[in-house]
Amino acid sequence: MNFKKALLPLAMFAALATGAAQAQVSVMLPANPGGGWDGTGRQAMQAMIDAGIYSGGVNFTNTGGAGGTIGLAEFKNSQSGKADALAIFGAITVGAIDMNKSPISLADFRPVARLTTEYDVIAVKADSPYQTLAEFVAALKADPGGTAVGGGSAGGVDQIALALLAQAGDVPVNDLNYIPQASGAETVTGIINGTLVAGFSGVSEFAQFAEQGRIRILGVTAPERLAGIDAPTFKEAGYDVEVGNWRGVLGSPNMPDDNYAVWVENFKKLNESEQWHKVLETQGWAQNYLGGAEFGQFIADETVRIGAVLKDVGLVD
Amino acid sequence: MQSFELLLQGFSVALQPTNLMWALLGSILGTAIGVLPGIGPALTIALLLPVTISVAPTSAFIMFAGVLYGAMYGGSTTSILINTPGESGSMMTALEGNKMARTGRGAAALATAAIGSFVAGTIATLLLTFAAPVIAEIAFYFKPADYFALIILAFTSVAVVMGSSRVRGFISLFIGLALGVVGIDKMTGAARLTFGVPGLFDGIELTVVLVSLFAVGEILYVASRYRPGAGDTTALKGQTWMTKEDWKRSWKPWLRGTALGFPMGALPAGGSEIPTMLSYTLERKLSKHSEEFGHGAIEGVAGPEAANNAAAAGMLVPLLTLGLPTSATAAVLLAAFQNYGLQPGPFLFTSNPELIWGLIASLYIGNVMLLVLNLPLVGIWVKLLLIPRPQLYAGILVFAMIGIWGLSGQVIDLIVMVTVGIVGYVMRVYDFPIAPVLIGLILGPMAEVQLRTALAAAQGNPVVLVSTPLSAIMLVIAALFLLAPIVLNRLKANA
Repeated sequence: MNFKKALLPLAMFAALATGAAQAQVSVMLPANPGGGWDGTGRQAMQAMIDAGIYSGGVNFTNTGGAGGTIGLAEFKNSQSGKADALAIFGAITVGAIDMNKSPISLADFRPVARLTTEYDVIAVKADSPYQTLAEFVAALKADPGGTAVGGGSAGGVDQIALALLAQAGDVPVNDLNYIPQASGAETVTGIINGTLVAGFSGVSEFAQFAEQGRIRILGVTAPERLAGIDAPTFKEAGYDVEVGNWRGVLGSPNMPDDNYAVWVENFKKLNESEQWHKVLETQGWAQNYLGGAEFGQFIADETVRIGAVLKDVGLVD
Repeated sequence: MQSFELLLQGFSVALQPTNLMWALLGSILGTAIGVLPGIGPALTIALLLPVTISVAPTSAFIMFAGVLYGAMYGGSTTSILINTPGESGSMMTALEGNKMARTGRGAAALATAAIGSFVAGTIATLLLTFAAPVIAEIAFYFKPADYFALIILAFTSVAVVMGSSRVRGFISLFIGLALGVVGIDKMTGAARLTFGVPGLFDGIELTVVLVSLFAVGEILYVASRYRPGAGDTTALKGQTWMTKEDWKRSWKPWLRGTALGFPMGALPAGGSEIPTMLSYTLERKLSKHSEEFGHGAIEGVAGPEAANNAAAAGMLVPLLTLGLPTSATAAVLLAAFQNYGLQPGPFLFTSNPELIWGLIASLYIGNVMLLVLNLPLVGIWVKLLLIPRPQLYAGILVFAMIGIWGLSGQVIDLIVMVTVGIVGYVMRVYDFPIAPVLIGLILGPMAEVQLRTALAAAQGNPVVLVSTPLSAIMLVIAALFLLAPIVLNRLKANA
């Protein structure tokens, strides 16, 4: 497996060398090497090449930091109007742009495709008195300050999920006691030692601890129940909340229409390819494709929705 | 016994040919850098951090473990043969070991050091095997207030114990704490000390600071103190090996050294210097040949050498179970974990058992490899000392720069590297300890999150910080660390 990883850049280099006369796409990965966005970008392009959808060269740039806003700002400045330039980004970027007062707007870029979504789950300690999501929301309503809830960093999907749940349950969002934790594992520790009454995290981080019987998952933020998780969706439990940690692809600002159409089509084909399904399976990523203009509408909706939540919880003024 | 089963699984990981190769590579590298004065395990692992991009975590940690143990073995060789400790844990060894070499008993000194290291390393690894999972399970019940108190204890003890004065120790600590604050606050999203530079939004990369302080600062310092032709090697030919008498005088110090080294290594600020010093003093007191001390007493080599290897294993206990680094080397290992997106702590045992147990199993294997590498092949290692220092130091600097560039490819990191490197050099010249900087940088943000979590969960009531017995005890010990020397001095002055 290692060996393969080592060969990947070599293969890229070979593709680059032989395809010098062919197309060449630059892909901005606005995260440091090794993370989820880095993997999404590299593996998607590799699968696209393996599936024969794209045969040119790929040139990756890693510029990490601040929820992708640094990489996207650089992408906007250097690639505007370029025919073949793409960038990876995700749900976190939406909130990060507001919170860091970034000069960019997601509407500046051309929406190519949403590829995956990991949904959130809410969990309590295994011996917690709360058996259902409704019981937990009732407790939250009775004493929002005394019901500490943990999750990822401020303004991330976890905090937004909690705020939306509170809104749906008529709990004043301003009174919530949300405590950001360094990682999903820290959130689990906080739940187990009793510091946190409940915690939010991506399903992949909590599933193993639920299996061990350390925590109990009360609900999932997905539109449908998730395989292997014995918990209802928020909607089934009576709270109309659906939110996930999605990852997608953007095209350069003012990308020519012909090229844009080609890239939207390429990612649509990728989404249906066997090679990509294999990547999704090995990485444990949940497929959730949305392409072109529809994805653009989705980004616009998310920007409004997340922006409003951040204002409500007091992270943005 | 569950630990035993898991350990066997660990062996099946560590014994895979690729992983054996990594262990061997780590052991060789570790011994080599242990032999070379001025280059320690922290620096070596820091320089190797960029490999984390392309090597699988289990293999990388198996290699790092080899470096860690190997440095402890290699350090003794230089101490004994040229009276210059290869790393700080071997300072005591030089006292007696070099005297032994001058009187023709160098081979016996090397043997008792290597075998003592093996005995101590193996016993300490056994202790680690059984203690770590238990502590990891208990750690699930540690509350934020407990962690906060534990970190405050680590801060005060590191600042007080390391370095030549408390003021210097605390200044170093505060430099580290200040560096740790840089970046976007994860709890509120506010940018702190970023001066509007987007490259600093995610904070200062730990790897960059480590490489800067150790590779740039430390090497500049060592190079500035370099005098050509210093240190002559005692020849090994014709020296006598360990006699029956030597064995008899060595085995008890080995065990006592292990008993001192393991728990001290696990304590904050324990490191390997203090247990080796304590072991030396203890052996001197207990020995029937105390008149030989200072003229080449074998106990003075056997005890400290066992203690420093046991301390290296002890250091892994708080690192793996609580995510708390207690020494510079542990801090670098923590950075390696973070590069993989892994946070050492109780959950690592359940979420990545393959990695943890593979690592522990590789410690057993590494120990055997190192004994073989160090006993019959010691002559080869000594040849390393013939490498001209100017080329060696220059090579390390170049390697460090390339490594940092390869890690992120951002100019800001190189600027940070030069700045921190020069600060590190100045600190070394004026005798400021480096370890508190790292501990402050790593544990500062952790302390902040735990403090704010504890207070937020208690809705702002500060009593929560002393609400558990453990937190209260830790804070009292921390206060004693800080105040006891002052009070004692006052009493002395009044008397």
